[in-house]
Amino acid sequence: MKVTLIDYGAGNVPSVERAFRRLGAEAETTNSRGKIAEARCLVLPGVGHCAALIHSLDKHSLRQPILQAVQRSIPFLGICLGLQALYESSKEAPDLPGLGIFPGEVTRLPDTVKLPHMGWNTLQIIHPSRLLDSIAPGSYFYFAHSFAAPAAGPENVAVCEHGREFAAVIERGNLCAVQFHPEKSGAAGAQVLQNFLKVAA
Amino acid sequence: MSLAHRIIPCLDTDGARVVKGIHFEGLRDAGNPVELAARYNAEGADELVVLDIAAARDNRPTFLETIRRVAEQLAIPLTAGGGIRSLEEARAVVRAGADKVTINTAAVERPALLTELSAEFGAQAVVLAIDATREADHWQVRVRGGREATSLSAEGWAQRGVEMGAGEILLTSVDRDGTQSGFDLDLTAAISKAVSVPVIASGGAKLPSHFLDVFTRGAADAALAASIFHDQVQSIRALKEFLHANHVEVRLPC
Repeated sequence: MKVTLIDYGAGNVPSVERAFRRLGAEAETTNSRGKIAEARCLVLPGVGHCAALIHSLDKHSLRQPILQAVQRSIPFLGICLGLQALYESSKEAPDLPGLGIFPGEVTRLPDTVKLPHMGWNTLQIIHPSRLLDSIAPGSYFYFAHSFAAPAAGPENVAVCEHGREFAAVIERGNLCAVQFHPEKSGAAGAQVLQNFLKVAA
Repeated sequence: MSLAHRIIPCLDTDGARVVKGIHFEGLRDAGNPVELAARYNAEGADELVVLDIAAARDNRPTFLETIRRVAEQLAIPLTAGGGIRSLEEARAVVRAGADKVTINTAAVERPALLTELSAEFGAQAVVLAIDATREADHWQVRVRGGREATSLSAEGWAQRGVEMGAGEILLTSVDRDGTQSGFDLDLTAAISKAVSVPVIASGGAKLPSHFLDVFTRGAADAALAASIFHDQVQSIRALKEFLHANHVEVRLPC
């Protein structure tokens, strides 16, 4: 299985690529509209500021091929900002429309807790999912973000809490996304990526 | 369940080798960074920090190569820094495989650098390193590897740094560094209270009780140590089991 990583200049793309290669997957990193349109399995890694991601997707005209891939049920994994970009909008970049695959707005976590939400946290699993198959209850995953998606959507299979509950794992058909960084989450993170490869197989 | 307290080994390197000194001086060789990184990744470290403490301009390619080789070993986050003075130098460190960049002296000299880094990489990738010593009734910020005093108070500088874009503070007590006499709890608690971002405590760790104290009385979000892990005085696994038994939330290795 060849995994196509969408390169918008995010710092974590090489780590994600390395993590997939460790699992024996073939990985290519590209911002070519043509390659993304033809991809059989897409990953949108992300870290940093939401505006940088959206601007870059628009600059390379990637919005349409990504939406079409999701429509065709191509296995898709969004990571961190790659999850947040799936919503209609984000308070981090209020003037820029998100991909709008899920309704709702990404908002900042409350100031009652330390931000960024940085470090290892556990999940509260709501529905069984392919992405979290074989993950032991109480497993920790590495988070690094200040903004987060709503916890209430039917697409959420697991939530996490830091100041408030937020979407941690999303799965709707072949459309998957995680707020944490599986490429930085040790053995548990590698299992999630392995599970995604099974979804894609 | 909530956010786990992090245990972070630190590799002070002179480019290609890990070194360790007391009070930032008297360096001795402490091992191979790639082998140590692989060991800590396997033992349940929550993150790794790699610092270029020589930070000589002509040695920078060696340090970047060290980051690349260390990053290959890791399935946990990597922070790198030491002598970074510009956005361009930070980019090179991130491209080599670091998830976060730590800035110290250059931020004191030009705080806007924090804003530039935060705009490019996001605040979660910008770690402001503060070296502080106790001076009568306050903590004073020191720069250039602890050698030079400034007029800044640690609390004021930490707050300013966060306003400018830092997403985390790496706080080192110069007084305690290398002494193995425990973290400076008052300093850590003061900074943790002063800022809205996570604080990594550093300097003086030896015993498991030092870590327990810095997470409880010091209100630290993470704790960093070097030689006690390199020399296998303290295993990360045993340390985490001790903290867990004392009701501090940690990520226990499987």
